[in-house]
Amino acid sequence: MPIADRVAVRLRVNGEEVAVMVPPYKTLLEVLREDLGLTGTKHGCELGECSTCGVLVDGRPYLSCLAMPLDLEGREITTVEGMADGSEPDPLQVAFAELGAAQCGYCTPAMLLTARALLDHDPHPTRDAIKEALSGVLCRCTGYLKIFEAVELAASRGRRHG
Amino acid sequence: MADELAIVGKSLTKPDAFAKVSGQTRFADDLALPRMLFGRILRSPHPHARIVRVDTSRARALPGVLAVLTGDDLPIKFGILPVSQDEEALAREKVRYVGDPIAAVAATDEWIADEALELIEAQFTELRPIMSIEQAIAADAEPIHGTSNVHKAVALEFGDTDAAMLAAQHVREDVVFFEGNTHLPMEQHAAVAQYGADGKLTLWTSSQTPHYVHRALGKVLELPMSRIRVIATPNGGGFGGKSDIFSHELVAARLAMVTRRPVKITLTREEVFYAHRGRHPVLMKVKTGLTKDGRITAMQFRSFLDGGGYGSYGVASTYYTGALQATTYAIPRYRFEAVRVFTNKPPCGPKRGHGTPQPRFALETHFDKVAEELGLDPVELRLRNLPRPDSRTVNWLRITSCGLEACINKVVEGSGFLERRRSMPRGRGLGFAVSSYLSGAGTAIYWNDMPHSEVQLKLDRNGGVALLCGAIDIGQGSDHILAAIVAEVLGVALEDIQLTTADTDLTPIDLGSYSSRVTFMAGNAAKAAAEKVRGQLFEAVARALPCDVDDLLARDRRIVRRNQPAEGVSFAQAVQLAEAAGGVVTATGSYTPPKLAGPYKGSGVGPSPAYSFSAAVVEVDCDVRTGEVRVPEVWIAHDIGRAINPVLVEGQVEGSVYMALGEALMEEQTFRLGLHKFPSLLEYKSPTALEAPVMHTYLVETIDREGPFGAKEAGQGPLLPVIPAVANAVYNALGVRIDEIPITPDKVLKAMSDRSKRVGPASTPAFEFPPLIKADVPEEWKGK
Amino acid sequence: MLRLPRLDYLRPRSVGEATELAAKHPGAMFIAGGTDLVPNLKRRQFNATTLISLNALPDGRLVEGDIHHGVTIGARVTLDELARHEMLGSPFRALAQACGSVSTPQVRYMGTLGGNLLVDPRCNYYNQTYSWRKAVGFCLKKDGDICLVARSSPRCWAVSSSDSAPAALALNAEVTLQGVEGTRRMAAAALYRDDGIDYTSKRPDEVITTIHLPAVEGRMTSAYWKLRRRPAFDFPILGVAVAITWDGGAVREARAALGAVASHPVDITSFLAPLEGARPTEDLIAEVAEAADKPSRPLDNTDLSHYWRKRMTKVYIERALRDACGLEPLGGRLTAQVRAGAG
Repeated sequence: MPIADRVAVRLRVNGEEVAVMVPPYKTLLEVLREDLGLTGTKHGCELGECSTCGVLVDGRPYLSCLAMPLDLEGREITTVEGMADGSEPDPLQVAFAELGAAQCGYCTPAMLLTARALLDHDPHPTRDAIKEALSGVLCRCTGYLKIFEAVELAASRGRRHG
Repeated sequence: MADELAIVGKSLTKPDAFAKVSGQTRFADDLALPRMLFGRILRSPHPHARIVRVDTSRARALPGVLAVLTGDDLPIKFGILPVSQDEEALAREKVRYVGDPIAAVAATDEWIADEALELIEAQFTELRPIMSIEQAIAADAEPIHGTSNVHKAVALEFGDTDAAMLAAQHVREDVVFFEGNTHLPMEQHAAVAQYGADGKLTLWTSSQTPHYVHRALGKVLELPMSRIRVIATPNGGGFGGKSDIFSHELVAARLAMVTRRPVKITLTREEVFYAHRGRHPVLMKVKTGLTKDGRITAMQFRSFLDGGGYGSYGVASTYYTGALQATTYAIPRYRFEAVRVFTNKPPCGPKRGHGTPQPRFALETHFDKVAEELGLDPVELRLRNLPRPDSRTVNWLRITSCGLEACINKVVEGSGFLERRRSMPRGRGLGFAVSSYLSGAGTAIYWNDMPHSEVQLKLDRNGGVALLCGAIDIGQGSDHILAAIVAEVLGVALEDIQLTTADTDLTPIDLGSYSSRVTFMAGNAAKAAAEKVRGQLFEAVARALPCDVDDLLARDRRIVRRNQPAEGVSFAQAVQLAEAAGGVVTATGSYTPPKLAGPYKGSGVGPSPAYSFSAAVVEVDCDVRTGEVRVPEVWIAHDIGRAINPVLVEGQVEGSVYMALGEALMEEQTFRLGLHKFPSLLEYKSPTALEAPVMHTYLVETIDREGPFGAKEAGQGPLLPVIPAVANAVYNALGVRIDEIPITPDKVLKAMSDRSKRVGPASTPAFEFPPLIKADVPEEWKGK
Repeated sequence: MLRLPRLDYLRPRSVGEATELAAKHPGAMFIAGGTDLVPNLKRRQFNATTLISLNALPDGRLVEGDIHHGVTIGARVTLDELARHEMLGSPFRALAQACGSVSTPQVRYMGTLGGNLLVDPRCNYYNQTYSWRKAVGFCLKKDGDICLVARSSPRCWAVSSSDSAPAALALNAEVTLQGVEGTRRMAAAALYRDDGIDYTSKRPDEVITTIHLPAVEGRMTSAYWKLRRRPAFDFPILGVAVAITWDGGAVREARAALGAVASHPVDITSFLAPLEGARPTEDLIAEVAEAADKPSRPLDNTDLSHYWRKRMTKVYIERALRDACGLEPLGGRLTAQVRAGAG
């Protein structure tokens, strides 16, 4: 059987339905960055060894570098571009900015989304729960502390819209 | 109205923060241009070989391939240092490490580009690989470059150290080893090149040093620099790893010129390990003479650096292994000998702390042992040998402010070091160490008399301030520092400053984000520019009010009379007054460090306009049955001069501690069968969030007279004391000395079961250093 | 960027269809979570030209039954679900701990139990990019003809690196496989072969559909201890799973298996015989652990020195046994990231 050149993939990304024609062997990371222009999703190894490419699928942290788009039809994909509510940034984004939790900013999108998933399931996590939840995203700049503090600050401020 | 600071010293949100948390920051690999091609590089499979033939015909024939390059397409050699022009964009005659670039392709997608690489037939004659310092200096070693594998050997002496050693009441010698490791920025290096129909080349690159890339492109591509524009994109982490000139930058540029289409090359993670330029493996011997009461009388230091396949920054790295001993301790007589050798590994260069974490490890573990032998506590030994503010070291380094004693007191008190370390259960321990670092190298990489940093300001009629500077933000917050300094001087808000940085067409020179120099040097240039332009505004306002220029103050977006703040104009009105009087309101500021080098050959590496100081206490929790070491808590104090933005400084300090712990406990580049053993993020161990210790960060402000608003560096110095403090803590916990970094559990367990209670090198290899250059000592050290 | 090779991606709607597709496409591979397969494909460790996704199957995502009747776990239940699943309380805690200690939260949300049981044995001469393996001269497991770890060896010494496999052995689990020739059920131990390449008895057209944990009679406790450099990301460089059934305060049966010390999960139950019928004292456990590391033969092909890993085996057997017996584990950390079950 010849290798299919391109297939239609329908995805729901940041609340929008999108359809693209892509080779079926492109990972979600490649489709997001190269076909949908969502370059907020970064990559550091493309092997699942750093989680820099992290996105949310149905609210759970996923590795876009290992996820196959055809299997994600019908699921809700969230990237960093979808975190803000219109002009209102997510409290995590504000806290990360205020506390200097984004130094180079490269792991930041994955860190933010992973923290969002945590707070959605555990609005007032302990420091240990934060460390555990973020343990899959490598950061080389911060030593993680400002990140923990930013998650705690955002948690203390609560979710937007109350 | 007082002259208190409105912005400097405050933990404000940095200007690029919201772009970063929104995913809007455009890193190099995020760029996509119409008709863009993808470049890939074929790399050597051999550590050491002669290239016999590279046949690219099959690759060229592959549909979708638009260009293939080999070494002959880019024959001009280059290197970051003028003395080490030993690299080729694509190797022509020899390959010197696994990963050395040989050929490159540009294709319509990365699948085709990868296929094309497979179709390139390269033939080699393999040579015996040289994989260690000992092999490199062996008499029969195959030379990697030229006729010898000694890249650089230096020997300096300040005063008669042999005589001082003989007279010393206590002498100790130690031999230690620090394995190499790498920066591991999360962003893989990327470059996008475009060659316009106008014959101008533009290169976007994740570089810490766009100015040096600009120069190298001019040289290698044989284009006038006026036809080349280099734009550094925000670096997704640098740590020194993006401060060299890389093959993929030159190759992308040439491919764009050949194809007349934009070309992007993004390195894979594996290739980032080959790009390297990271921490040198260094074998060291330190010998110190002291009085009975613990005052240093002389030190002799030897280092052997494993440089990898090319020169890179290596000459500077070599000197740095001996430069900062005397800025941390008052050493009256000092001898330093070092040799850097070539080996068949990726080239080493500058990583955070450039050349100084290795000797710092040697020194601080050495003094921990000395203190024990003398019956002193390790803190007291340091306090008896403190460097003095406003002094010259024996090797002629000028110290201005020095907050080391305050740093020591902070961490010792904060941790309860003196009491607690005597009463900890087996397996738990505390370790202590101190350090110093430069705030920017006093000399440029290439010889010139021009400023190291330049800033241009242009004010608009509505009160906006355009700030142009060659500096690139690599995550350290340099954009904020520049904006904060200018906003402070002009009395405007941070958001009034519009930054344009690191674009060689638009921005005046800054030498780069390396050497902990940007806050200090670009900060001074920004301050100078802002003061100049403020002078123009004050003159215009003074004429209009009228009043005396000296009576004016810029504050809260107004320019007002100092003692009658109701009298004044808005900042925008002031700009309009100045513009009406003299046209465009603009000013430039520059910073050239003072000439500080001592009167001897080799004095160019080490001088800095100011030094930062740090002290650390580290607590360890060791598993006595497995040898695993965990770090639950760290106390770190850093003499920052002044914190222009405390939260950003804390971030630099915490990040330094983190990186130090990774190096101390797990990070290492090791090689097997001539290959990097594990060029991956999984097997090169980088600490995770779960390993983050509790950190107590103390910022000590000494308001340095040379720094902008008194500021000194923060990005590198705080890494230095942490690594030896870990080693000293392991000794406190288990009574074993791990004289070799990293301190892995197998080494700890081995030391615990060995009678010597030690793991580490026994000796240094025989090597004939060049004759000592005997330098004069500064006046203050004569007769001491 | 590292990318997948060009390949077809098929999404069958039933297990039957999946197995038929596999039989029809030699060299096709199944993909569920993809966390092991995709990286290996990107490094060209496999030559698959077709992937058969199991993610459109309607079943395989449930945990059913209870302790008294046995628990049946769909092969595509994620590692994260199992790490937190209330069904995997005290008796089956070892499996929850094993699943909760795999790599990172991200990988556990994606990865499945079926996939983890079948993690391709690892070796640091093999889990490398194509160009790295080409530079080193390739190895027996892929594209080459010698084992680079043991050059004179005729076989491959890649390391079984599944966390769940030793737990499955210790818990006496069984697996059901479905292929074109029908369905078969076997002991988890029978799923594995002592070979780094030909490491499973699962046929290429077969899919693991379910994992069965047997009914527990009386009281049972279990534990999984994992050794690795970092508390996240890292594969085990040693895994110890133990399960103990009790008669009052005495051990009725003790079972254990080691991970990451050979090409297959190694059953060390026979070494635990001295525990049976005894009240497990600290000394007895230490004595048993001292001898039970015999089958552990780590080689220089994973992280840290293999001498050290060998020395660690008895330490970790002792700690896992103590943990399962309710004694302080004597230092060290419980390496499971997720606080498992009701443990």
